[in-house]
Amino acid sequence: MTWVTFFQQLMNGVSLGSLYALLAIGYTLVYGILGLINFAHGDVFMLGAYFAFFMIAIFMLPWWLGVIVGIVLCAIVGMTIERVAYRPLRDAPRISALITAVGVSFFIENLGLVTVGARPKGFPRPDLMKNVYILAGARIHGVTLWVPIISLAILAVLLFIVYRTKMGMAMRAVAKDMEATRLMGVNVDRVILLTFALGSALAGAGGVMWACKYPQINPLMGVFPGWKAFTAAVVGGIGNVVGAMIGGFIIGVAEIMIAAFFPSLTGYRDAFVFGILIFFLLIKPSGIMGETLKEKV
Amino acid sequence: MKKVLGLILVLALLSLSFGVALAQDTVKIGANLEMTGAVAAYGQMVWEGVNLAKEISGDQVLGKNIELVLVDNKSDRVESANAANRLIDYEKVVAMIGPAISGSMLAIGPICDEKQVPVISASATNPLVTQDRKFVFRACFRDDDQAAAAAQFAIEELAAQTAAVLSDIAQDYCVALGNFFKEAFEERGGQIVSDQYCKTGDQDFSAQLTTIINSNPDVLYLPNYYTEAALICSQARDLGFEGMILGADGADAPELVSIGEEAVEGVYFTAHADTAHAITEIGEQFFSLYREKHGREPSAFEALGADAYLIIIDAIKRAGELDPVKIRDAMEDTENLEVVTGIVTIENGDNKKPIVVKQVQGGEFVFVTTIEY
Repeated sequence: MTWVTFFQQLMNGVSLGSLYALLAIGYTLVYGILGLINFAHGDVFMLGAYFAFFMIAIFMLPWWLGVIVGIVLCAIVGMTIERVAYRPLRDAPRISALITAVGVSFFIENLGLVTVGARPKGFPRPDLMKNVYILAGARIHGVTLWVPIISLAILAVLLFIVYRTKMGMAMRAVAKDMEATRLMGVNVDRVILLTFALGSALAGAGGVMWACKYPQINPLMGVFPGWKAFTAAVVGGIGNVVGAMIGGFIIGVAEIMIAAFFPSLTGYRDAFVFGILIFFLLIKPSGIMGETLKEKV
Repeated sequence: MKKVLGLILVLALLSLSFGVALAQDTVKIGANLEMTGAVAAYGQMVWEGVNLAKEISGDQVLGKNIELVLVDNKSDRVESANAANRLIDYEKVVAMIGPAISGSMLAIGPICDEKQVPVISASATNPLVTQDRKFVFRACFRDDDQAAAAAQFAIEELAAQTAAVLSDIAQDYCVALGNFFKEAFEERGGQIVSDQYCKTGDQDFSAQLTTIINSNPDVLYLPNYYTEAALICSQARDLGFEGMILGADGADAPELVSIGEEAVEGVYFTAHADTAHAITEIGEQFFSLYREKHGREPSAFEALGADAYLIIIDAIKRAGELDPVKIRDAMEDTENLEVVTGIVTIENGDNKKPIVVKQVQGGEFVFVTTIEY
């Protein structure tokens, strides 16, 4: 393998990894505050792509406006899911919430199959997201350059919200101790609702970026990216935003490299990714950036 | 009062028996198709074709109403087997239109043989589908012939000397077709410079494509279904691949263009029928009715769905009764039957049909040539 090819493969990996990273941030955000693994995240990701698609293709909105409306709709869906499915179970054991999350995920997938049908649709992309740039002999897709910029911007906004606003302070308080926060007069329900809105908006943005790179949308498109982003979040240390990004890049590059160096093993690509998940859960369950928390007494 | 009650009772009984008689007067034909899942486009197109053929050829056979029973097999092998069992055991169908793809047909072949109900697939092209199976038929050509035609076209018409193959390891159709192509291409003096694999549902092919582009083939052969084919074309062009791309009948769905957009422009693929020029009368009727209904050109899968249906109905007529075994024998005896894509003679469950090459031009599938073999 020549250096140019290797560099191209590395860029392919970074490109895929940046999308995983964007998705993993959403998982980690909700987990960090509520301790809930929102398995419906991958499906809200799918909805984001579909909402944007319908806004652009049917309601003829300009591309950027369609995307924004799509993301806002995702936030609304996220809040609805929280209100309908998770809130009634807030005091139930964690396993109930986890099972509900899986249920919500199946519900959204099958609702998609019934309403929009299983046939994939082509996603409209602006030229900005279609162009290919050449860097040191490697060809890089436009989306690959945009995703890190968008991710960093989102990260900055998130950090601002979490550390510089009252709502953020409330979020951190809820994460520490929900009961005490409620006693302090904070509207905990509203804080959690907003957390879901943020997480779902992130998923929606991820869905649109994914559809720009792989312009094919179908109701099950969120399943595998969702699981892999979850793996990325665990590898990076779930609950840690920077860790989620690092985890995303690790998973993306690892996935590409296994296919690049061992072409006969490409069929095991997904198995390899989930092998990494199992490895981390066994060796370092807190992930790369995560801290080992002491049990609350 | 009693008399009135008695009359009502008699009437009720009569209508009940009438209802039962009605039920016996129908001929049930099963449709075990991909309405959802990875290759839903095929199943939906086949279903569309079956219904249109029913509309053209009439609702009745042997003086009984034809009832189509549709079960979704979700593009999955296990679900296809479940659907076959349900159609045979519970719905008591006399014949079945089988899954559109080879993997699922391979899964239900043993069931239909064991329960002695004939099944015909519109478009399962893998040679193994009908091999050693008494009750399994197909309305299309076989992949060994298709691959030979593709290799011949690549070498003679496209003047290709080297080829790369990116096949799908999870699909019987893709793996076998890829292997047939490699054999046929090398037999004719070509050279396979790269041999790569992906898996159904993969969305990123950049690793395999980077390796392929590095080996610089004249032509990239894609024995894949439409979603993968479209995404591969789009990523291949993004990564700077400038060679020719040659696909197979799996690419023949409108999704190829709606997903692949300008990246699939110029792509060649082997196909089942030239829908722009019908050979038979019923073909002409079918294509014009389709255009009238949908305002667009039909694809080969609709035509093949109609073929499968017409072959069953013709066999039921010749069998003269609703015995699945007799219908099977009549299907095997099908000779010079005029169907939508041409004229069919069945031998060992297969039939030989000319192979058409099409090209994507301006977002449309345009007929290029017909390859006889």
